[in-house]
Amino acid sequence: MNPLTGYVFLSALLFAVGLAGALTRRNAMLVLIGIELMLNAANLNFIAFWRYGPHPEALTGVMFVIFSIGVAAAEAAVGLSIILAVYRHSKTTNLDEMDSLKG
Amino acid sequence: MNWIVRNLWLIPMLPMVAAGIIAVTKRKGRMLAASLAIGSMSLSFLLSVWAFAHVVLLRNQGQIDLQVWNFRWFQFGNEWVSLGWILNPLTAVMVVMVTFVGLLIFIYSIGYMAHDENFTRFFGFLALFAAAMLGLIVANSLLLLFMCWEIVGLTSYLLIGFWYSNPRAAAASKKAFLTTRIGDLPFFLGIVWLYSKSGTLLFYNGGTGCLEPMSLEHLVAQRTTIGMCVATGIALLIFCGAVGKSGQFPLHVWLPDAMEGPTPVSALIHAATMVAAGVFLVARVYPLMSAHALVHGAVSTSAALQVVTWVGSITALFGALIAVAQYDIKRILAYSTISQLGYMMMGLGVGGVSVGMFHLITHAFFKSLLFLGAGSVIHGCSGEQDIRRMGGLGKLMPFTFATYAVGMLALCGFPLFFSGFWSKDEILHAAHVWDLSQIPFYMGAFAALLTAFYMARQMYYVFAGSTRLEVGEAHGDGANATAGMEHEHGPVPHESPAVMTVPLMTLAGCTLLLGFLGTPAWPWFQSFLEDTRLRVDFGAFAREGMFPVMISSSLIVFLGLGLGWWFYGREPVDAADAPDHLGRRVPAIFAVLGHAFYMDALYDKTFVRANIAFSRISTWLDRWVWNGAVQIVRYGTLAFAHMDSFIDNHVVNGAFDEGCEGVSRSGQILAKLQTGRVQSYLKVIGVALIVFTALLLWRANA
Amino acid sequence: MSGFPWISVLTLVPIAGAIVVLAVGAASHTVVRRTALGFSLIALALTLLLWYGFHPEANGYQYQEMHPWISMLNANYHVGIDGLGLLMLLLSAIVTPIGMLASRQVERQVSLYFALMLLLQACLFGTFTALSFIHWFIFWEMGLIPAFFLVRLWGGPKSAKAAMQFLVYTMVGSITMLMSFLAIFLATRSFDFVDIGRMAQSGRLMPEIVARLGWHLLTPEHTAMVIFAGVFLGFAVKVPVIPFHTWLPLTYTEAPTGTTILLTGAMSKMGLYGFLRILLPCFGVQMQHVLTPLLWLAVATIVLSAYTAWAQTDLKRMFAYSSINHLGYCILAIFAVAKFTGTDAGLMSQKFAAMDGVFLQMFNHGLTAATLFWFIAMLEKRSGGVRGLNDFGGLRRVMPVFTGLMGIALFSSLGLPGLNGFIGEFLIFKGSFPLVTWATALSVLGLLITAIFILGILQRVFYGALPEVWAQLPDLTVGERLSLVPVIGLMFVLGLYPQLVLGVVNHTAMQMALTLRNF
Repeated sequence: MNPLTGYVFLSALLFAVGLAGALTRRNAMLVLIGIELMLNAANLNFIAFWRYGPHPEALTGVMFVIFSIGVAAAEAAVGLSIILAVYRHSKTTNLDEMDSLKG
Repeated sequence: MNWIVRNLWLIPMLPMVAAGIIAVTKRKGRMLAASLAIGSMSLSFLLSVWAFAHVVLLRNQGQIDLQVWNFRWFQFGNEWVSLGWILNPLTAVMVVMVTFVGLLIFIYSIGYMAHDENFTRFFGFLALFAAAMLGLIVANSLLLLFMCWEIVGLTSYLLIGFWYSNPRAAAASKKAFLTTRIGDLPFFLGIVWLYSKSGTLLFYNGGTGCLEPMSLEHLVAQRTTIGMCVATGIALLIFCGAVGKSGQFPLHVWLPDAMEGPTPVSALIHAATMVAAGVFLVARVYPLMSAHALVHGAVSTSAALQVVTWVGSITALFGALIAVAQYDIKRILAYSTISQLGYMMMGLGVGGVSVGMFHLITHAFFKSLLFLGAGSVIHGCSGEQDIRRMGGLGKLMPFTFATYAVGMLALCGFPLFFSGFWSKDEILHAAHVWDLSQIPFYMGAFAALLTAFYMARQMYYVFAGSTRLEVGEAHGDGANATAGMEHEHGPVPHESPAVMTVPLMTLAGCTLLLGFLGTPAWPWFQSFLEDTRLRVDFGAFAREGMFPVMISSSLIVFLGLGLGWWFYGREPVDAADAPDHLGRRVPAIFAVLGHAFYMDALYDKTFVRANIAFSRISTWLDRWVWNGAVQIVRYGTLAFAHMDSFIDNHVVNGAFDEGCEGVSRSGQILAKLQTGRVQSYLKVIGVALIVFTALLLWRANA
Repeated sequence: MSGFPWISVLTLVPIAGAIVVLAVGAASHTVVRRTALGFSLIALALTLLLWYGFHPEANGYQYQEMHPWISMLNANYHVGIDGLGLLMLLLSAIVTPIGMLASRQVERQVSLYFALMLLLQACLFGTFTALSFIHWFIFWEMGLIPAFFLVRLWGGPKSAKAAMQFLVYTMVGSITMLMSFLAIFLATRSFDFVDIGRMAQSGRLMPEIVARLGWHLLTPEHTAMVIFAGVFLGFAVKVPVIPFHTWLPLTYTEAPTGTTILLTGAMSKMGLYGFLRILLPCFGVQMQHVLTPLLWLAVATIVLSAYTAWAQTDLKRMFAYSSINHLGYCILAIFAVAKFTGTDAGLMSQKFAAMDGVFLQMFNHGLTAATLFWFIAMLEKRSGGVRGLNDFGGLRRVMPVFTGLMGIALFSSLGLPGLNGFIGEFLIFKGSFPLVTWATALSVLGLLITAIFILGILQRVFYGALPEVWAQLPDLTVGERLSLVPVIGLMFVLGLYPQLVLGVVNHTAMQMALTLRNF
């Protein structure tokens, strides 16, 4: 079995876990964590396809992932601060109760 | 050129200036007004006499006695409209007559109008009248003549309506002005036609005037569309003016009503001068009237003059018939005037200028005498005008009676000593020798019989028997405004003051003497007007049936007077309300005559009513047709606007609104998707991810 | 005739007056009235100066001013006057003070009222002096604005309807005229009356229009006729010619009498002025084509309006119809002049007479009608607005001077010789009779009916018994008498010495009649 397949399976699993978390959890924190999981699944794919792809000498996968992690960090910071702000405003982190943007 | 010819304008101008000054004089300036009017009239009279003497002198020296003085008035295009005055025997005779009679009537008016509050105004109008009348006479231009003609009509209007608070006077003045204007309009057209054909309206202008042979030949040579020669057409149109002004049938209806004016006015304007202006007009344009005959010589009388003759003879008979059955002393005289004017027209038609004019002059004297006498009677009877309520005045008013009798006999044409005899006889003689028809002669003769009859009737009613005037009766005839104004004295009839009787006697004297200027034996008047040699010739009586005509006309007069005596003199009228002696015998005819053949009613029912109807129609047209068309356009526009607004509101706006609604509704639908829940969005994304992945995988495999 | 811009100054005087009057608006009514009257008298004095300096025998226009204006439209500021223009200027200048003197009843917004009167006068001056279509049309239209507000704001109970009718009606005419002029402009590239007239007389105008505006559906003749009809309607409404007159009786009746004086005295002449200045030189051929119907219109105008006047019971309405009647004679004469084009001396003489008659009649009607409405204003002031024919009677007893003077004006309107109305009518009939015999003969009926209703007025208002109500009516005051003297005097002067006017306008009349010679 090609090691790549294993990585991809792992990444798919990780993604599925993240997606399930993001969709099912009511707590905004946990949804954010789910999203981080999905991101990391994507990162894992990048690394894996780079490492076992046709041009491992070029550092493209690593570059993508580094940026992606940077962006994820920034996004997490923004997401967390939004959640904090919302919490301060409405005293809850339950996503079901946060529907003031309802059309 | 002689001074008097150049300054002939002074004759009308003096009264005109007087009228102007009186117009701005206050009501209280009575003496000033009277003296101005009389003073100016006397000066005019002196000038007239001078002019007259000048013409006589020229005539005796055998020089040309037609002198004109023309001047340019205003220009149009390359031409000038000229006016001017003329001095010829016709003018000379007329100015002397008008100024003399006018002067006497002015003097008489001082007495007659003494108690009127508008005394000043009265003299102003009289002076204006005199000015216009004199202007009409001296005018050497048909335009100037027409202008004066109209102003004369205006003063007649003002003076008939002098007692304006009386509605009958107001109506009569309007009627007079309008009826004469009906005649004036064809006259006006005749003038413009003549002007366009001959290029001038000057009568005489050294060969180029419109009454001179060159122009006349030109006029006779041309034909109108209906085949008549232009000269005849113009002459007939001009004659229409004369018909209106001179009260000829069928436009005579205004003249009897004009008697609502003060009696001196009736005497001056509606007997002696203005109404004769029509006759004078025909005499003035006589060359035009007779142009056809003059040039062709085929017929002795031109078509225009034939019309004049017939209209004149019908009027003469017509007026005389009606006069028989009138009760108002002034209306009798008015109808008599109409009849006499008819005589004059007839005389012009059959005999020529001198025949008609001679009767005009003599008539002016005796008819103004009669009117002034009637005025004196009315004055004496405190405003009473109904002859049934008079009677017995012969003894009470001797001077009036005597002078009135003179006038009456002159009017009847009593032989030998009265001027009316000579002038009327001449007309009858001319009619007798007229070669076209004898009917005018018989009509004239019958009218003469009637004249003698109705004058006798009037004399018996007024002066014979005993007085039937009742105390307070004069005022009982309510609408008669003259009563209050003319009346100052008690109810007993009395003689008038000297200021009134002296003019009466002067006129009576003239009436007696004037006739001898125109007898067949010494026809000075005729020779003066027609430039023939004058000599004393008693043989003239024997010529051309002159003598038989004279005898028969004398007999007619005696017969008329006799009939008058038979009906009214034998058994004097004894009560004011007794039926008329003639009316008792033939009530039906008498009633028809008394109502003047119902002409007024006929005109009322036809012309007046038709015109009023037409004015209603034109108002209706204005309101419903013209305005209706505009309203239809308006409503059409409005309807279009409403339709436009409907389309705007419902189609254009509606479509836009619908579009907006649709957008809004679809927004609402989309808004439902917008749950506001992050996870529901995530679900969509997740599902999409799976679907896309599945698709990709499926594509990759395929 | 120096370079001094006399005409521009003359037009500016009333405008300046209007501004001053508005500025002193807060002052007492008397001050406002006197100021306005003062300005109108200055304008009158200026007009008299122009009259004095005018050369009657010179050809063409005098006091001309020409400045380039809108180069794109080839439009110039071109003003100047000939005898006709001068006469109309004088008439406007005489009528305006009369209108002001007759506006004593105006008590509301006095300064605005008089400012509008002055503006209207300025528009009249502008219209009668403009020689280029563009600013002639501007003045023509602008005149409607003060007139509209004068009628609307100070008029009688139905003034809203009247003002609207007046405005819309004349607007419709103006628009058709504007369209026609645009057509002419597109063909000739010129708005100058002098140029257009010259082209028309050389026979080039219509072919050129047709060539440039070839309209598939219409033959050239019909195109020309449509253009003619547009211009004709514009003027016919203004004069007015029956059946385009229905705005007039209501407007004249509802307008304050001072305004009616301006409307009838001067504004109605704008239409006739157009007939003479534009229609006759430019559209002679078209007029000849439809001469018979045009003559019927003229006769209908004369006869029907007289009959209708007779049936009225409101004095103002009566004189409104009488006004139509009097201007109908001018229309008749203008059509008569257009009938023949020959150069025959006899024919020319008739045309000259008719033309001079039209000029005189225009002036005299303005003067007489203005005076008559003035008398009505004085009567209304005394009677508290009552002016029905049957409401009075026997007024001569209490108002002898009023009766006498108004009688003079009435007889002048009737055309009595010796007063101003006669000579104009005489010349019109003299000229028209040989040219259009039957129409003229029928029109004489108008003279008769006029006499009937004028004597009817005298009879019902001044004669007869005096009703108790009017027993205390005061006669004319000294001031009123003094202000009437010049006007009544002028009536006599013009009646006895028409050469005063004819001497000045005759040459222009001849020129106008001659321009018809060669098309």
